[in-house]
Amino acid sequence: MLQSAINVLFQGRNFIRLLEGLWITVRISLLSVLLSIILGILLGFIMTKKNPVIRVITKIYLEFVRIMPQLVLLFLVYFGLSKSLHINLSGEFSAILVFTIWGTAEMGDLVRGALESIPIHQYESGRALGLTEKQLYMNVILPQTFRRLIPQSMNLVTRMIKTTSLVVLIGVVEVVKVGQQIIEASRLTAPLAAIIIYTTIFFMYFIICFPLSKFAGRLEQRWKD
Amino acid sequence: MDIEVIQEYIPLYVEAAKLTLRLAIIGILGAIIVGLLCSIIRYYKIPIIHKIVGGYVELSRNTPLLIQLFFLYFGLPKIGIVMSSEACAIVGLIFLGGSYMSEAFRSGLEAIPKIQEESGLCLGLTRWQVVRSILLPQAIMISMPAFLANIIFLIKETSVFSVVALADLMFVAKDLIGLYYRTDEALFLLVVAYLIILLPISILFTIVERRLKRVAIGN
Repeated sequence: MLQSAINVLFQGRNFIRLLEGLWITVRISLLSVLLSIILGILLGFIMTKKNPVIRVITKIYLEFVRIMPQLVLLFLVYFGLSKSLHINLSGEFSAILVFTIWGTAEMGDLVRGALESIPIHQYESGRALGLTEKQLYMNVILPQTFRRLIPQSMNLVTRMIKTTSLVVLIGVVEVVKVGQQIIEASRLTAPLAAIIIYTTIFFMYFIICFPLSKFAGRLEQRWKD
Repeated sequence: MDIEVIQEYIPLYVEAAKLTLRLAIIGILGAIIVGLLCSIIRYYKIPIIHKIVGGYVELSRNTPLLIQLFFLYFGLPKIGIVMSSEACAIVGLIFLGGSYMSEAFRSGLEAIPKIQEESGLCLGLTRWQVVRSILLPQAIMISMPAFLANIIFLIKETSVFSVVALADLMFVAKDLIGLYYRTDEALFLLVVAYLIILLPISILFTIVERRLKRVAIGN
């Protein structure tokens, strides 16, 4: 029984199809992460400004995005935005949009935290030494910020990959959907396929996220001081 | 948006929110217990078990709850382990939350100087007394920010419970959109429901965290 279920996994192109499905989730998260990093760095710089209007707006954006479950945000865009704008948003596009909005908020907060964690005397010493603003940021502030930022943003990437598993609920055909198709197709010949397929998908996520989070933890330890 | 329609839908959302909250509370309490046990096992490096616990923590932290639920609800029955929807949701939340809580408590435990534990043992306290009256109270205080963040994280994670056929908030919203095409009203109520649940908790936790910081400085 179990043997035939394991055979299903490697039958035809089944395993390749699962990997292709996984690639779709990973691609969504990579694109969103890339956009989030660019926009997040911008947002982080904006959030360190003292202007009260900017402060309130960024605060509301940040808190709203953080407080809402990501699935609610997906629903808002996939069902709500497409209805109110009368356009047809694909699941994948909505997902990238939502994860970019979410990632930008998270990344922006990380950048702000990293920038504000640099003691003020670093800025003052730089200026006292006669560095221009550009030199100050390029040679003094940013290198220190990145040390803090890189491990944290790697953690954000793993969170992003884990969260993109939600896209199956807005109709994107990714690894879970492909898995369900394989299970349905072999329902009569191999009824145990479900346990094998879901275990495989479980470990696929683990194999992607585990090295990333381990590496991030290691970097954090090394760059602590 | 239609006010009458919204009024008509409110009871559905209240029921769903009750379900979500009930499962979240049970799941989070379970996760705290599992987390405490796991953190103590890992702190004392109890042979063999601490390796197993370490494996569990990595497995659970590096996989999404959605996949864990699929495995529990659709996978396990094939090998004879059948659980109801609610049981699956609670087990899933405990499985996920246990590891997050364990990491939070462990960082708290490891922040306490070794000398405190040694002094306790020297004074003739038993190992359990040391854990209960010296280590845990301090560890919980130190790990409070991470602990509170985890609670909010776990409440948010309950939004995927609809995949195991539970009529939670997401399920109700999707139903109303699918059946009556009441997208605006359904989504509006969905956002409001989550705001009502999460906003007060989030504000309360921010206040608690600020207080704790002041206590720590005053110390």
